[in-house]
Amino acid sequence: MATRDVKLLGTWSCPYVNRVQLALKLKSIEYKFIEDNPYNRSDILVKNNPVLKKIPVLIHGNKSVCESLVIVQYIDDAWPIGPSLLPSDAYDRALARFWATYTDDNWYPLIKMLRQAEGKEEKEAIIAKLTQGLIVLEDAFVICGKGKDYFGGENIGYIDIVLGSSLAWLRVTEIVVGVQLLDHTRTPGLAKWAERVISNDVFKDVLPETKKLLELHEKIQAFIKSST
Amino acid sequence: MAPSDVKVQLLGSWASPFSIRVQMGLKLKSVEHEFIEENFYSNKSDRLLKANPIHKKIPVLIHSQKPICESLLILEYIDEVWTDGPSILPSDPYERATARFWTTYIDQTWFPIMKELEKAANDEAKATVIGKVIEGLVLLEAAFVKCSKGKSFFGGDNVGYIDIVLGSYFGWIKVLESVGGLKLLDGTRTPGLAGWAERFLSHNVVKDVFPEPSKLLEFYMMVKAARVSSA
Repeated sequence: MATRDVKLLGTWSCPYVNRVQLALKLKSIEYKFIEDNPYNRSDILVKNNPVLKKIPVLIHGNKSVCESLVIVQYIDDAWPIGPSLLPSDAYDRALARFWATYTDDNWYPLIKMLRQAEGKEEKEAIIAKLTQGLIVLEDAFVICGKGKDYFGGENIGYIDIVLGSSLAWLRVTEIVVGVQLLDHTRTPGLAKWAERVISNDVFKDVLPETKKLLELHEKIQAFIKSST
Repeated sequence: MAPSDVKVQLLGSWASPFSIRVQMGLKLKSVEHEFIEENFYSNKSDRLLKANPIHKKIPVLIHSQKPICESLLILEYIDEVWTDGPSILPSDPYERATARFWTTYIDQTWFPIMKELEKAANDEAKATVIGKVIEGLVLLEAAFVKCSKGKSFFGGDNVGYIDIVLGSYFGWIKVLESVGGLKLLDGTRTPGLAGWAERFLSHNVVKDVFPEPSKLLEFYMMVKAARVSSA
């Protein structure tokens, strides 16, 4: 297939954007990254995602693809050469999609909620839900990984990309709130998996550094404080 | 072993659009299955809790004793396993992405607005919600024009993913229209969708799958009364 223009509208600090970057990198697809200011949406974003006006948006030739999970699956479909991101077996594929949706709908939103929570009781309630979710994901890792290094087995796959892209903000949240969420005692498989993922070259290249994200978090907090 | 030799069960409910859409998918592919009515509203069965321990919700497709949960994922699974017969999703990667985008929009953005209609406390609130629902329908009209390319369905000549997902809400659209005294699918405002709706409702895939409007309205009234009495 001829290589056509590939552009990604996004921002460096957004995990939904990071997962698309991971997918592109795993498939060795060259692309142009166009940084979009999340507080001041550009015309190019509104033109390419008029319905939801959100990043990430993948622009492939003259076609725009929106919604990070849709984009990652599109990348897997449109570039069949190179490692598969989704499993080949239909049932394993259904499982991979299930856990990706679980991560996005049920687990990841809790991380931001925890950073924004006020009061000890509210924080503890969210921490309980987060840690319960990690226990559920530990079981998922055992089933999907089948004893190998990643959810995708020997190679990085869909759930690794989706859950792995949350690790940067998970780490920042642990520091800011002063709590260890990913724990070797409670979820040993997942804790080891996370270490493997963050030391993987592809993830290291894409995931934002903890220091930079912490600085961004502090900037956002200062902005919120000054405008209230 | 051919997929047709293996037992297929669907844990679902006659009133749930999420369950109805899976029935449509199975019907489209002529998959023989056992339909097991679950009381999703109260007292969930042990069978359901075992099949879907995470979300405890219907529908759940059980194929070769393996459960598959979440209606959109079940439809994709059905499409990938039963490859004889019409496709549910398009084969082109960009058209597949477009279909997935719109089904996600319908389920996560548009239908939740419809549900707000019954919570609207006064006429002003109701008008605001109706405005948002119609905005969504106008977007879906444009999507229909683009995806159908002048043919009868979002899937083109044949019923496909978006048709099934949006179409599965018809029962509830009619209930909300009759309870709210309004018309949502309007031939003037969204002519493409209005024509599509008529064609879809007379398609074979919906026969025997859609609940009777009066039965659904009765169910809606019962659920509403139960909510009020337990509040």
